[in-house]
Amino acid sequence: MFKRSKLWLAAGLTALAAGTAQAKTDLTMYYPVAVGGPLTKIVDGMISDFEAKNPDIDVNAIYAGNYNDARIKALAALKSGKPAQLSVMFSIDLHELRDLDAIVPFEDVVESAEDKQWLKSFYPTLMQNGTADEKTWGIPFQRSTIVMYYNKDAFRDAGLNPEQPPQTWDQLVSMGQKLTQKDATGNVARWGAMIPSTGYPYWMFGALTKQNGEVLMNRAGNETYFDKPEVIEALSFWKDLGQKHQVMPQGTIEWGTLRQNFLEQKTAIMWHSTGNLTTVKKNAKFDFGVAMLPAQKELGSPTGGGNFYIFKDSSAEERQAALKLIRHMTAPEQAAQWSINTGYMGISPAAYDTKALQDYVVQFPPAAVARDQLEHATAELSTHQAGRVRKLLDDAIQAALTGQKTPADALQGAQKQAKRILARY
Amino acid sequence: MKKLNTLYAWLLLLPALVLLVSFTHAPTILTVWDSFFFAGRAGQPARFAGTENYLLMLEDEVFWQVMANNAWYLIGTVPTSIAIALMMALWVNSKLSGRSLLRLAYFTPTILPMIAVANIWLFFYSPEIGLFNKILDAVGADPVNWLGDPDWALPSLMLITVWKEAGFFMIFYLAALQTINPELNQAATLEGSSRWNSFRRITFPLLLPTTLFVMVNAVLNAFKLVDHLFILTKGGPNNATNLLLYYIYENAFSFFDTHYAATLTVVMLIMLMLLAAIQFGWLERRIHYR
Amino acid sequence: MYRSIFNIVSGTSAWVLGALWLLPLIYAFWAAFHPAEYATRFALDAPLTLEHFYTAWEQAPFPRYMLNTLLITGLILGFQLVLCTLAGYALARIQFTGRGIVFALILLQLMVMPEILIVENYQTLADLNMLDTHLGVGLPYLASAFGIFLLRQTFKTVPQELEDAALIEGCSRLQLIWKVYVPLAKPTYLAYSLVSVSYHWNNFLWPLVVTNTENSRPLTVGLAIFGAPESGVEWPVICAGTLIAVGPLLALFLIFQRQFVQSFMHTGIK
Repeated sequence: MFKRSKLWLAAGLTALAAGTAQAKTDLTMYYPVAVGGPLTKIVDGMISDFEAKNPDIDVNAIYAGNYNDARIKALAALKSGKPAQLSVMFSIDLHELRDLDAIVPFEDVVESAEDKQWLKSFYPTLMQNGTADEKTWGIPFQRSTIVMYYNKDAFRDAGLNPEQPPQTWDQLVSMGQKLTQKDATGNVARWGAMIPSTGYPYWMFGALTKQNGEVLMNRAGNETYFDKPEVIEALSFWKDLGQKHQVMPQGTIEWGTLRQNFLEQKTAIMWHSTGNLTTVKKNAKFDFGVAMLPAQKELGSPTGGGNFYIFKDSSAEERQAALKLIRHMTAPEQAAQWSINTGYMGISPAAYDTKALQDYVVQFPPAAVARDQLEHATAELSTHQAGRVRKLLDDAIQAALTGQKTPADALQGAQKQAKRILARY
Repeated sequence: MKKLNTLYAWLLLLPALVLLVSFTHAPTILTVWDSFFFAGRAGQPARFAGTENYLLMLEDEVFWQVMANNAWYLIGTVPTSIAIALMMALWVNSKLSGRSLLRLAYFTPTILPMIAVANIWLFFYSPEIGLFNKILDAVGADPVNWLGDPDWALPSLMLITVWKEAGFFMIFYLAALQTINPELNQAATLEGSSRWNSFRRITFPLLLPTTLFVMVNAVLNAFKLVDHLFILTKGGPNNATNLLLYYIYENAFSFFDTHYAATLTVVMLIMLMLLAAIQFGWLERRIHYR
Repeated sequence: MYRSIFNIVSGTSAWVLGALWLLPLIYAFWAAFHPAEYATRFALDAPLTLEHFYTAWEQAPFPRYMLNTLLITGLILGFQLVLCTLAGYALARIQFTGRGIVFALILLQLMVMPEILIVENYQTLADLNMLDTHLGVGLPYLASAFGIFLLRQTFKTVPQELEDAALIEGCSRLQLIWKVYVPLAKPTYLAYSLVSVSYHWNNFLWPLVVTNTENSRPLTVGLAIFGAPESGVEWPVICAGTLIAVGPLLALFLIFQRQFVQSFMHTGIK
């Protein structure tokens, strides 16, 4: 609070000194946090930097909880006439936000040739969830993929090469079995692997389907492919990890406590967002590695995370100011620092060309895994009525993992309902 | 004089009534109204749906699961909370040493916001690292995936609910117990009736009005206490712990389908009215309620 | 013989239950005051630390949340006491046409609580442009059927002669309420206030829906987004945050618990 008013003061004085009574542009943005660490502080820091460089723009950045909360709050603000010119929201909210007629494409906002060039400066895979109808609606910010964290000490302990994590599904099973350890009473003391199945099950599942050579939906977001044989196979494999191969606990695995499980060495391998990298690095009391997810037919992971959107309900000046802010937040140096501080990926090749991030990657190679995996990545599940469709798939996954339905039954049911919902689009 | 009185009474009631009408009665009617419409797309006005939303609801598997869950939640938490609350009150009212400390212990959950303690319960229930499985392990029992196993998830949530509300209800029983003349029980004891008998024949009937009050509150909680779902299960796994109010919230605020949410709310309203009628009707016959 | 065994069993169960009921609070203290590696294991020689309180305090604007909670609960309680007194008196002591119906309509809110009508009430609040304001969070609760009911019952026990005497002395109705009824209903006010405060201090769903920013976000919502499992659960920091949040109320309760329980015993809440 004090910091902000000081900045105000500083900004005011600068304006006075320049002798030009500039009109200030006020921006309000909402943003979510979905991974560990004091991310709000980092965002606040980046914003103050921006305000110091742009005294004519005042930014009110509001932390609004998880992705769902942030979307509700931003849309609620718009609806009740409170200002919000831009926000960070789930990249997969795209189709829904367009259906609500809430956002504008960046093509309508950018003016200079340089700005237009900037639109093309990001990794194309990261743009998949941000573009529709040949226009750009979302600019990548806190983006991630799923990576495999593994405990090198546990690998050594099980007689495995710690520099060779599983690269295929078969290896995941065979190594997982070696890594699974039982105590004297027959209870499992350490599991081979854990893939979280609460919170964002559809996301993890996106990785398994991509590895099996299939995607979950079309780019227009009005068709899903939940009942394709490859998709059903992927879910069967996930289920078998627990039930047949017994390298993973049965039932669902909690997203929120998984990192703690890994840190306490209750599992030798976990699949999780790259967004956890920095926290794991800080807290792991053992030697750990990060690798790409294993392949069946091919390598693969969905991208994930949040994009910047500009709301329709904003003036021309506000849009320009918002663009300025987004350009600042996604500039290579900022993106590099953001990536180092959080574990989220650098969103453009230029970010990985900065000295800061290059040095960091040399010193801590796992930081580059997410980037290297990008060329095998695919879009995250994103459709019209995304919340409902996502829940259908989440429920189907959980029903299969907990043994209430067979993978085929569960997914066919979900597909049927998704088809009905999407028929209107 | 009568006219003046009427005017005066209405003036005194006015502020409360305006608020009650705006936030209880009007929204109730609007909810029913809304349930007969579909949302319009992208700024279009709503379209009349007739009973379509209700038909969709009847076909909605999740709706039926949610209803079943809520019924179990009700059956699992209401009698348990009442029984435990009564037991607590009897203990705290007896000559047990250290009873004020005990009273404090029973009452603390009332002060702790559900949303805050939910995270602590998450630790208790966490399968590999959590407290409960550590205890199970120590006594040589098999670990349980409390929140990740559909059979255990709802009972696990019920335990938290009972823990949260029993101490609060205890206070009401305690208050009632203090007003019961101890001579009544002494007399019964002198007559040689057993402790259980004197409780059953004297204390319990005198506590019936309190039981009514507590029961109404416990039933209401079974519908409205869903805070812990936000942290612990979000209704999962596969809707095993999804409750009606949470499902309404999901539909309204995650799926932006206010009309379907309204349809579900109508069901909730009908159930609450029915339950109110049953409870008051049943107990009215058994007790003199002043 | 039989009796003493019964006493021992009963006493032991009472304490076991008490321990179980205190467990979450005990754990909160454990996790908050010890280094993170002791969050899930228990050792007597674990060192003490205050770092989690520092981290929690840094990560979320607790004083602001606390202020919001205080303002919201205070606002609600103030309005409730005044509105319920007026309505309770009218229903208890004035004969007027339509009294039965009005009373029944009011009692409806005992069952149909504002929580259940979040969707419509949210819309109303948005239309009034009161989202994300303290008054907005309180608005649906300002008139409380429970409070009206309680006060009506209490006022009914006040002897009619007292009212008549006061009226003969030339008191106006409002003076009468203030000078005769309110003082006699003190225990009811106290008990009701405590129920109301503990309810709104803990309330979550409605504030979650209608608050958007730190301007009005109460502790419960603040704690929920502060400790959301999405970001990976860090129990020590969450526990520290929880203790910061409930500390004041817990302390108040410890100090006033005797009065609190006593006031309950003297009211019509039974």
